[in-house]
Amino acid sequence: MKITALGAVELGKKIQAREISSVEATKEVLRQIDALDPIYHSYVTVAGEQALEQARAVQKAIDEGTLTGTLAGVPVAIKDNLCTRGLRTTCSSNILSNFVPTYTAQAVVNLEKAGAVIVGKTNMDEFAMGSTTETSFFGVTKNPWNPDHVPGGSSGGSAAAVALEECSYALGSDTGGSIRQPSSFCGVVGMKPTYGTVSRYGLIAYGSSLDQIGPISKNVTDCAAILEAIASYDPKDSTSVRRGDTRFTEALTEDVKGLRIGLPRDYYGDGLDGEIRDAIQKAAKELEKKGAVIEEFDLGLVSYAIPAYYVIASAEASSNLARFDGVKYGYRAKEYDGLHSMYKKSRSEGFGAEVKRRIMLGSFVLSSGYYDAYYLKALRTKALMKQAFDKAFERFDIILAPTAPTTAPKLGESLSDPIKMYLGDIYTISVNLAGLPAMSVPCGTDKNGLPIGMQLIGDCFTEKKLIRAAYAFEKTREFARPAVVLERERKEREDGKNI
Amino acid sequence: MANIISDETIEYVAILAKLELSPEEKEAAKKDMGEMLDYIDQLNELDTTGVEPMSHIFPISNVFREDVVTNTDVREQMLANAPKQKDGSFQVPRTVE
Repeated sequence: MKITALGAVELGKKIQAREISSVEATKEVLRQIDALDPIYHSYVTVAGEQALEQARAVQKAIDEGTLTGTLAGVPVAIKDNLCTRGLRTTCSSNILSNFVPTYTAQAVVNLEKAGAVIVGKTNMDEFAMGSTTETSFFGVTKNPWNPDHVPGGSSGGSAAAVALEECSYALGSDTGGSIRQPSSFCGVVGMKPTYGTVSRYGLIAYGSSLDQIGPISKNVTDCAAILEAIASYDPKDSTSVRRGDTRFTEALTEDVKGLRIGLPRDYYGDGLDGEIRDAIQKAAKELEKKGAVIEEFDLGLVSYAIPAYYVIASAEASSNLARFDGVKYGYRAKEYDGLHSMYKKSRSEGFGAEVKRRIMLGSFVLSSGYYDAYYLKALRTKALMKQAFDKAFERFDIILAPTAPTTAPKLGESLSDPIKMYLGDIYTISVNLAGLPAMSVPCGTDKNGLPIGMQLIGDCFTEKKLIRAAYAFEKTREFARPAVVLERERKEREDGKNI
Repeated sequence: MANIISDETIEYVAILAKLELSPEEKEAAKKDMGEMLDYIDQLNELDTTGVEPMSHIFPISNVFREDVVTNTDVREQMLANAPKQKDGSFQVPRTVE
């Protein structure tokens, strides 16, 4: 099997068994990037030389027996809002287009300790604000299954890179669905862990009370292994949670007997594409056959999630993005008249339209006279939504839902109507408000061959249940790869390349 | 549209947000914000009387740590990111005459 086609854990095992070297694996990934990225543009920055150097160092440690984990030597792609020391980190924004961090995000440090090889930084919606990766200053990323469609967002580059086999796995971040939705659109596995599980230190903040870093991978086994590597208590993140059991790979069993799975009726009503509804109901049947107990219920409050989210996330963004002023790093306007003019011009020229829209909305809802009516109202709504989930989890172990109401839309169709685009996050956003863990798992394709994802939502700290259910379901179906990847593999085989 | 955003409001918001808007951007922002607020106003259908605002899902407050320096000296690398620097400092336009 071609090296790039292997899952992260599969590849890691072959590296430990000395069947493949880390350098060899990294070279193959860089070749795949050379071949496909000019069309799909998953990466903002490819760190070829640095990656090979890192691979050589990691291989040496593996040979000396000091790196023995399953992720040692395996190439990873990092979303470009995670700081990497010495490697440009842009948030896909003009305002950070020349920013080179002096430190590395804790989640990435944890991966490096496990022997990861960083091949590059992936494209995203500017400051993670968007659902299509079209708001990137560096241009759009295209969907691996059909380049006329978006990859989803905001972690669209990470999800596309995994599907295109331009890395073995990737890290993304999820504020309102930004890991799960692109994973669904690109036919890969993505998880947003319980809030506080992965340190946010070094993640360039968007909505701090909602942001969480998580894995994007080819399969559920990889997802569990990556989460196990990145989860840690970190005193540098004051919202980091000291949680007990993080041995997530122990949950990789097919045992779902007696697992109570709830299907919220309010997630399967108007606005949901019929093919997606059918695919998820079929998936529920598969889990039922394996012994899970499936039942429908009413979750409630679903339509209030998006308005509450946009108030809270925009408010936090307006505060978090106040730091970009053209003084210590980032873009500074060429012409200005005094300090205030420099701030205003640098920000106005440095930020894109969607970012400005959210900063202004956030500034408004936090301003005196509107704070109670908008910001506190949204926080009260959030409390009610948390209660609704608490009630649901008294009856169920897992909530099974669609990840998104449609498959990937065409390029250029989403940005003209922001509210319509925001509605695409209706099934993912409430999970962030309630701090819950959730994952998207591929469960079929629509009539146009675009992937469909199903979402498994759990109560806080129950990632293991999600992994169990996802793993059991994954065993019922064939792993699907995009045509462009299969075509490239076929051509290479014809050319007599030894793969 | 129920929410009409005035010129004064959008100018005030631009001051808070430290943004300079062109006349076209200003008009677009008025329309965008009005539509978003109309949409957000559906939260008023919900009775939240007696519900405490929830800023964080876990009860976290006053997370302390020892005030000791743990990072290394990266002065040069930090200055290398500065749009303008002079004599080892960040350089900005004159603020005091």
